[in-house]
Amino acid sequence: MTDKRRNRLLIILTVAAIGLIAFYMLYQLNPDILFYQLPSRTKRVVAIVIVAVAIAVSTVIFQTIVNNRILTPSIMGLDSVYMFIQTSIIFFAGATSTLLLDNRINYFVSVILLVIFTVLVFKYLFKFTGNNVFLLLLIGIILGTFFGNLASFMQLLIDPQDFMVLQSRMFGSFSSVNEQLLLFTSIIIIILLIIVFKDFGSLDVLALGREHAVNLGVNYDRKVSQLLIIIAILVSISTALVGPIMFLGLLVVNIAHEIFETFRHRYMIIGTMLFSTIALLLGQMVVQFVFNNNIELSIIINLVGGLYFIYLVLKRSQK
Amino acid sequence: MVKHLFRLDVLFVLLIVLSIASMFVGVSAISITDIFSLSEYQQNILFSSRFPRTMAIIIAGAALAVCGLVMQQLTRNKFVSPTTAGTTEWAQLGILLGMIFFPAISIFGRLGFATVLAVLGTLLFMRIITSIKFKDVIFVPLIGLMLGSVVASVTTFIAIRENALQAISGWMHGNFAMMTTGRYEIMYITIPMFIIVMLFASRFTVAGMGEDFSKNLGLNYKFVLNTGLFLTAALTAVIVVSVGLLPFLGLIVPNIVSIFRGDHLKNTILITALVGAIFVMICDIIGRIIIYPYEVSVGLVIATVGSGIFLILIFKRAKHDR
Amino acid sequence: MINVKGITKYFGKKPVVDDVSISIGKGRITSIIGPNGAGKSTVLSMVTRLLSNDSGEVLVEGENILTQPSDALAKKISILKQSNHLQLKITVRQLIAFGRYPYSKGRLTEEDERVIDETIQYMELEEYEHSYINELSGGQRQRAYIGMTIAQDTEYIFLDEPLNNLDMKHSVQIMQILRRLVRERDKTIIIVIHDINFASCYSDDIVALKHGKVAISGTKDQVIKKEVLEEIYEMDMNIEVIGGQQICVYFDEKCTTANELSALQKVKVAQ
Repeated sequence: MTDKRRNRLLIILTVAAIGLIAFYMLYQLNPDILFYQLPSRTKRVVAIVIVAVAIAVSTVIFQTIVNNRILTPSIMGLDSVYMFIQTSIIFFAGATSTLLLDNRINYFVSVILLVIFTVLVFKYLFKFTGNNVFLLLLIGIILGTFFGNLASFMQLLIDPQDFMVLQSRMFGSFSSVNEQLLLFTSIIIIILLIIVFKDFGSLDVLALGREHAVNLGVNYDRKVSQLLIIIAILVSISTALVGPIMFLGLLVVNIAHEIFETFRHRYMIIGTMLFSTIALLLGQMVVQFVFNNNIELSIIINLVGGLYFIYLVLKRSQK
Repeated sequence: MVKHLFRLDVLFVLLIVLSIASMFVGVSAISITDIFSLSEYQQNILFSSRFPRTMAIIIAGAALAVCGLVMQQLTRNKFVSPTTAGTTEWAQLGILLGMIFFPAISIFGRLGFATVLAVLGTLLFMRIITSIKFKDVIFVPLIGLMLGSVVASVTTFIAIRENALQAISGWMHGNFAMMTTGRYEIMYITIPMFIIVMLFASRFTVAGMGEDFSKNLGLNYKFVLNTGLFLTAALTAVIVVSVGLLPFLGLIVPNIVSIFRGDHLKNTILITALVGAIFVMICDIIGRIIIYPYEVSVGLVIATVGSGIFLILIFKRAKHDR
Repeated sequence: MINVKGITKYFGKKPVVDDVSISIGKGRITSIIGPNGAGKSTVLSMVTRLLSNDSGEVLVEGENILTQPSDALAKKISILKQSNHLQLKITVRQLIAFGRYPYSKGRLTEEDERVIDETIQYMELEEYEHSYINELSGGQRQRAYIGMTIAQDTEYIFLDEPLNNLDMKHSVQIMQILRRLVRERDKTIIIVIHDINFASCYSDDIVALKHGKVAISGTKDQVIKKEVLEEIYEMDMNIEVIGGQQICVYFDEKCTTANELSALQKVKVAQ
């Protein structure tokens, strides 16, 4: 495939994504409740795009660093840590705490704690495990399980009424997102994207592996630390917004690999962002218009992405 | 010091002591001094609830620990277990399918479904890991964990569509509280399986060395491998159907035993079984007393303690490797 | 001039490289030889900053490699390690283009394109320019990787076992390219190499390591000597002069004649 065709494909994907957004905004619009429907759908679209971009970019970069196309940063069990944070707030500060009731404060506290957790796992353990990323991931997963269980423990001990408050926090979804949060999150995402977009070249070099990257003059440890922090922020944001969508990243990155047939991040990152947006929008439409909101979006995506994962592993194992 | 604890006789005595303790811990007070003057009510509690519970704990702990051990031998990988190979998730999916297709299904029917799916799932996992070229020790369980969560999400999806979410979440955390007379006997199925595992022990070790190696020694590799996989999957299925999820057990118990007693399956299999039973017993007793008079499910206690221990094991290993 | 002063590396409590000091002259091929586990690759990795050293220092043109920015250093020294199993979908041309990264940071200039074209010609890879590297044979792939380090256009080129897994024809081809680089472009090349006869025939200087220490370091003629090599490899050896080249014979202490030698070499090829 030539670069010309790749560029054309990117344009087609962009048009498709915009088309889907327009369709989603306008489908079955009821003139009587327009004032309610339009803002609600706009909010949802913005949230979907944020999550799609965050997951796409973090997964592509992560796979470049670990030189593996099957692992994704979202298997780290951040959702359990998120639950642990929410439960701890109720457990220690009570259900009437502003930490819990004020959406914005809760969101910031959650995101900051999640980022701290991820950065600690990545940075400290990266040194400790001697750059063994698989070991690092395994530790991340087990830490996630550990925190998830601690959370369950605390949930048994708290007041049943407090538990009801907690339960409303457990499942994030695109519909319950606050506008100010969306605005703020969008700004963060855009800043991170600028940082990433400015340096596709060094990402390409990192894909060659540590030794080649050092040889070509990339300050490997510093660059990787910087990228891991970016990944941590992106993953934390998307987890705090809608909960875990574990297999989305895997699905869209591998589709992008199949279609663009390149390692170059210029195409991979932008292409994956577009695939990811399209996939989430389609998923949301299925949830909303086919299942009438009776099912979580993450379940559908995980189902499709998970089956694709099995296909991928089997296909690779046959070679 | 600790090493001397890992002897058959010491462990056996420890298990007996703990079992007796387990018989006398619970909401209805029965003191060991009452043993010769039990009221009818106390007798009833003791024989229809406490005894079955204690037996179930011993069987479940021993079975899962041995499952983990055998799987680790067959895959030559210390991080493989029913939890990290997705076997438990497949068993859960099996139970759900059984309940959907035959709403009035008996516990044996459920066990049948769970076993079939657990065996198929484990075979799939084995097929994947034997054919990937890139065999990092840690990559293998990562694949298994991801596979497990795919299956779990399929289960959740179906459960939500069929309004059975509550039923399956019942198995999320293993619990021995419902193990009463008439409900726990199914677990005795594991005893013949356990005996076969004992008989096959050294063959599993050889099969773990790989197909070529086994053939060279005149071992029917496929047969031994499949027997091992079938037994571990079936054992896991029995425990999931009767007790529920007891995560990490098959992972940490064999690893701890191997630290003190080495890796020869024949020497360690009984010890692993005993340590597994003791570990579950301790966790269950903790669960019973920690928020007395309520109970914390043993699955939760095991998962918390187990993930903690597992982390320590990984860290030790990482330190050692460097 | 590269000066290595007393570098040491511990793996655990055991020193794998123990107080190694060497100096490498410009415009020459220096081979690092030694038995398995002598620490050859570890030395190479430390000299090229891939691996940190526990003590000692490495000076390139009098400057410590650890105090200068990595990207500046990438224009002075290049290193190619032996493990090259990339799973990327990358063409020969794209791989060679990476060699220009220290200069253009991924945005190729006309000058870069010219260097890339020239390198492809130099390595005789025109035919495979747009093939993916995982579709190439071992010899072609090795040439592509070496092409990348050549496009990097550094004064010093380090290669870790560049002949690994190559047959004789391709090994000779690679060594001739290296000689040409020294002759025509005045490069300085340092290679870790297993085969002492390739070291003897193609290098100017030889550094021999044993148990993590420098056993001997000098010109080829100083090192390729019966007593020296027997001491290093702990086996019997004979040196024969064939076609003006010193050839080490180490197959069997009885086989010392040239006729038997050539017969033996045929056997080796056949194997």
